[in-house]
Amino acid sequence: MNKKELMNNKYFIAALFLLPAVLFSLVYLIIPIPLSAYYSFFKWDGIGAMKFLGLENWAELLNDPIFWSSMANNFKLVAISLVVQIPIALFLAVLLTRKIKGADFFKTIYFVPMLLSSIAVAFLWRYMYDPTFGLINGVLNLVGLEQLTRSWLGNPDIAFYSVAAPIQWRFIPLYMIIFMAGISNIPEQLYEAAEIDGASNLQSFFFVTLPMLRSTVVNASVLIIVGSLKYFAMIFALTGGGPNHASELMATYLYSKSFTEMNMGYGSTISVALFLVALIVSVVFLRFSKKDVRN
Amino acid sequence: MINKLKQLVIYLFLLIWLVITGYPLVFLVQNSFKIRMEFFRNPVWSLPESFTLQNYIDVMESGFYIYFINSIIVCFISVAIIIIVSALASYAISRIDFKFNKLVYILFLAGMMIPIHSTLIPIYKITLSMGLYDKLSALIGPYVAFSLPISVFILTGFINDIPYELEEAAIIDGASRFRIFKDIILPLVKPAIATVAIYNLTLLWNQFAYALVLTSSPSKRILTLGLFEFQGQHGINIPLTLTALFLSVLPLIILYVFLQEHIIKGMTAGALKG
Repeated sequence: MNKKELMNNKYFIAALFLLPAVLFSLVYLIIPIPLSAYYSFFKWDGIGAMKFLGLENWAELLNDPIFWSSMANNFKLVAISLVVQIPIALFLAVLLTRKIKGADFFKTIYFVPMLLSSIAVAFLWRYMYDPTFGLINGVLNLVGLEQLTRSWLGNPDIAFYSVAAPIQWRFIPLYMIIFMAGISNIPEQLYEAAEIDGASNLQSFFFVTLPMLRSTVVNASVLIIVGSLKYFAMIFALTGGGPNHASELMATYLYSKSFTEMNMGYGSTISVALFLVALIVSVVFLRFSKKDVRN
Repeated sequence: MINKLKQLVIYLFLLIWLVITGYPLVFLVQNSFKIRMEFFRNPVWSLPESFTLQNYIDVMESGFYIYFINSIIVCFISVAIIIIVSALASYAISRIDFKFNKLVYILFLAGMMIPIHSTLIPIYKITLSMGLYDKLSALIGPYVAFSLPISVFILTGFINDIPYELEEAAIIDGASRFRIFKDIILPLVKPAIATVAIYNLTLLWNQFAYALVLTSSPSKRILTLGLFEFQGQHGINIPLTLTALFLSVLPLIILYVFLQEHIIKGMTAGALKG
């Protein structure tokens, strides 16, 4: 084929257009997955020689209580995020889409936490949680609730909930905006009809807004579920997964095994497990949300 | 009367959330103006005794400004590459019928599901073997790959909505695909490119994990990592750390003041259609 023919071949042209994107994706997203799987069969410190272990890392993983508790924490975070973020975001979205003065002002300010890096949010909250100088204990003391003051991040019983709170704080505005866009797409006539039928605000919320937002809520839930498998920086900066692994997630555990203990073989094993969990969760929920749309 | 009461209740709730969202930010700014001893002496919610800028000077003199420069360099180069690469791919997916369009599109989107932390070890290894470890350029590849799925998603959707007639005449005239892409499509997708650029800029500005794993020397730190290290060194001096924190979030807040609609549109684009 000469050059002219080649340039008229649409497969060749398509390949040219796709090539850069495919290259970046292959090197930094796709190949790392089988590569991790390969490393998971070795003992390796990241620099020196690799020693073949067979399935030893995998056997260790299955018997590693910290891995299982970190996975449980990931799912606990999913549950907390769904229960906290969706209702609050929906509530705020409903309030802000009513014709009230200043709605734009509130919306603008509410969105600011989404602009802060996870590290910034983590440190901001760390200083609010500070047992001695922090805002939260300070306010509790001020209003005479000294018995409620505690070491928010140092107590293993509550550390997990303390790191879950800033995550909710940061992401509620995202879902609020998504719901606001969803609500503004609902035809006004539906509300008018409901009003003529004598529906109260609460009734039109449950019988008009909520059913019409069904697919938006499902989408938001998928985002929350997939997103909470990706949390790392905020917890890394707040507690590092401690105290005593109380706030450990799969990603923080994988980091400390791989890059603090330099046990990259085992770290790769956790990586593959994390990928598999994300894959299973994504497939299950995509199925679920597709079915939802069909109905 | 009932309506007035309803309004009042709505504003009450809105104010409560305003305090929950806004007060931590006020807390951040007001304490950045306090000197260290004053912070320990007075309650955290007190106003500064005098508005000293000493903390700001100290943060900048500690070399913190290097992290800003590094972040700007890495983010801008990455975003430029992302725009070119994702626009090219989106054009092929949307306009060239090569039979696997749908499959390629879905594969790109599937990239969004990959938890990036599960790729850190191989990327560390790949970066080492390319000789890029502890260089700012090490971050560009992962940043581009990380941003591709959502960028391809936004741009493909946008190109799909462009009427085909605009290109037809050019195709009949025998213009090459690349010419059509450059002269017809690119000018038309400018608004979507702006959204993609601003959205990725905000995400990459706040990225942390890749820099943590791929760089080590202080002169190569980007802002998030610099802030992390700064807290490690100066964490006891709370007002000073809060100042560094405030400075690190300031650029995006300024950007947000001017480009609010773009930022919000980008951040919600993935959720509304997907």
